[in-house]
Amino acid sequence: MALSAADLTAVWLTLKLATIVTLLLLLIATPIAWWLANTHSRAKGPVSAVVALPLVLPPSVLGFYLLLALGPNGPVGQLTTALGIGTLPFTFAGLVVASVIYSLPFVVQPIQNALEALGKRPREVAATLGAGPWDTFFNVILPLARPGFYTAAVLGFAHTVGEFGVVLMIGGNIPGATRVISVQIYDHVEALEYTEAHILSIGMVVFSFIVLMLLYGFRRQQGGRKLL
Amino acid sequence: MTQDLHARFALDHGSFRLQVDLTLPARGVSVLFGHSGSGKTTLLRCIAGLEKAHGELTFAGDVWQDSRHFVPTWRRSLSYVFQESSLFDHLTAAGNLQFAIRRSRARVEKKESDDIIGLLGIGHTLHKLPHQLSGGERQRVAIARALLSKPRLLLMDEPLASLDEQRKQEILPYLEELKSHFDLPIIYVTHSPAEVARLADYLVAMKDGQAVASGTLNDTLSRMDFPLRLGEDAGVVIEGTVMEKDSRWHLDRIGFNGGQSIWLRDSGHACGTAVRVRILARDVSLALNPAEDSSIQNHLPARVSAVGSDEHPGLALVKVMVGDTPLLARMTQRSAERLQLTPGQTLWVQVKSAALV
Repeated sequence: MALSAADLTAVWLTLKLATIVTLLLLLIATPIAWWLANTHSRAKGPVSAVVALPLVLPPSVLGFYLLLALGPNGPVGQLTTALGIGTLPFTFAGLVVASVIYSLPFVVQPIQNALEALGKRPREVAATLGAGPWDTFFNVILPLARPGFYTAAVLGFAHTVGEFGVVLMIGGNIPGATRVISVQIYDHVEALEYTEAHILSIGMVVFSFIVLMLLYGFRRQQGGRKLL
Repeated sequence: MTQDLHARFALDHGSFRLQVDLTLPARGVSVLFGHSGSGKTTLLRCIAGLEKAHGELTFAGDVWQDSRHFVPTWRRSLSYVFQESSLFDHLTAAGNLQFAIRRSRARVEKKESDDIIGLLGIGHTLHKLPHQLSGGERQRVAIARALLSKPRLLLMDEPLASLDEQRKQEILPYLEELKSHFDLPIIYVTHSPAEVARLADYLVAMKDGQAVASGTLNDTLSRMDFPLRLGEDAGVVIEGTVMEKDSRWHLDRIGFNGGQSIWLRDSGHACGTAVRVRILARDVSLALNPAEDSSIQNHLPARVSAVGSDEHPGLALVKVMVGDTPLLARMTQRSAERLQLTPGQTLWVQVKSAALV
């Protein structure tokens, strides 16, 4: 009982997608989380709500609007066409964009929680010792909030691996480009290939279980706060 | 260009307003003294640039803030000791000190850092993480860290407030050492009259967001209209020298400005040591004649400078000058009336007790 070439392609594609999305998300989510953790602006409520929307919306709704926005007649689609990139739906790049939006709250919130728990004191102390803002971020904030960043990365990765609805809407089902594990499983089931579906599904169960176990084990070791 | 620190701030936080305009000397310890909520910590944070108020701030000729510029905290040559432990939890004590040394405003020689570590007695803590240290040790490491960043101004916000009495007594001598060891101006926030007596050279009394009195320690403390209620803590602090030791009776003679001296319990200090003596108003009484038959040993000739009322309607506060050293005496209004005290009158003060601080 081994994985078929198509299965392996799907697994490889999924891991590639999750890795790229996680790295992008850490870059995008950190400033958003920083702003949310520190602002007294009235925009904090609305921005928090927008970031959290993917938590509650059906993936199909999100996928539908992304499809419209990224499509040839959507604002983003027109922009990408004008830039010579072409339209994003049904491409790997489109899948990355959609996944970044879909997994955003899972990465923003742990980082935001960790930054809020730190408070402003460590930053003040660093400033009074002559450390500038970037110096403070990399040498004080990042090490102190590290558990939050780990949690954020693991959740972002795992959530991207597990998505299905948005992928189907925005990526379709193109082998090697947009057919990730969850879609591959769906195809197997549709084709009544239960054995193949089992292999991939069990793999997902074991993967998710191990990820969560590591996360909780790590958190206990840190004696840290709940970040989920 | 003046070397002093000049601060003019206005800050409105709704229920709390800060409104100050003051000049602090660029040497010695300036204490911002006041009850909680008086704005002393807010003022210190404004000086550090951690809080943004409208106004101006210059230190030793550098403009740190005016209507157009605001120098961020990390570009101001200051460091700050916070009220509670502020060590970085992810670094050992040595790591915390290294953090300061790497970013210090002037080169830190190895000998210098060894001196500071020795002075604060933290050599044994260096390999430990902050949570493995006692509260007193953490605060000493924080003070050492502040010194190692080589600031031109040290700000301390009630550095002893989070510690119990025993730890306070453990740290105070280090602070005194620091004062005599480094030529570093310090602005120190406290609500404790005992810390004022021990450390202050210059005193600013804060009340409702305003500096209501400021001046050298004794000018301020001996003011009849000192605006803060000190109650039993009213009194003066005088600087003196151990002149003579009487080993039979375990007494020291402390001489002070103007050639006068008083006898105190032996403090263990050698002859010639400079000491501070705190004389509370309640321990000073007045007599028209030198009372040879009194149990009180310390009789000094004095001149009445002012007579006023104390916080309690039955009590009077009298300021007398012994040479050019002011003392405060507290007595009942009836006693003051019976002695017919008037400014300029000469009489004798009796100091019942006084404490070295």
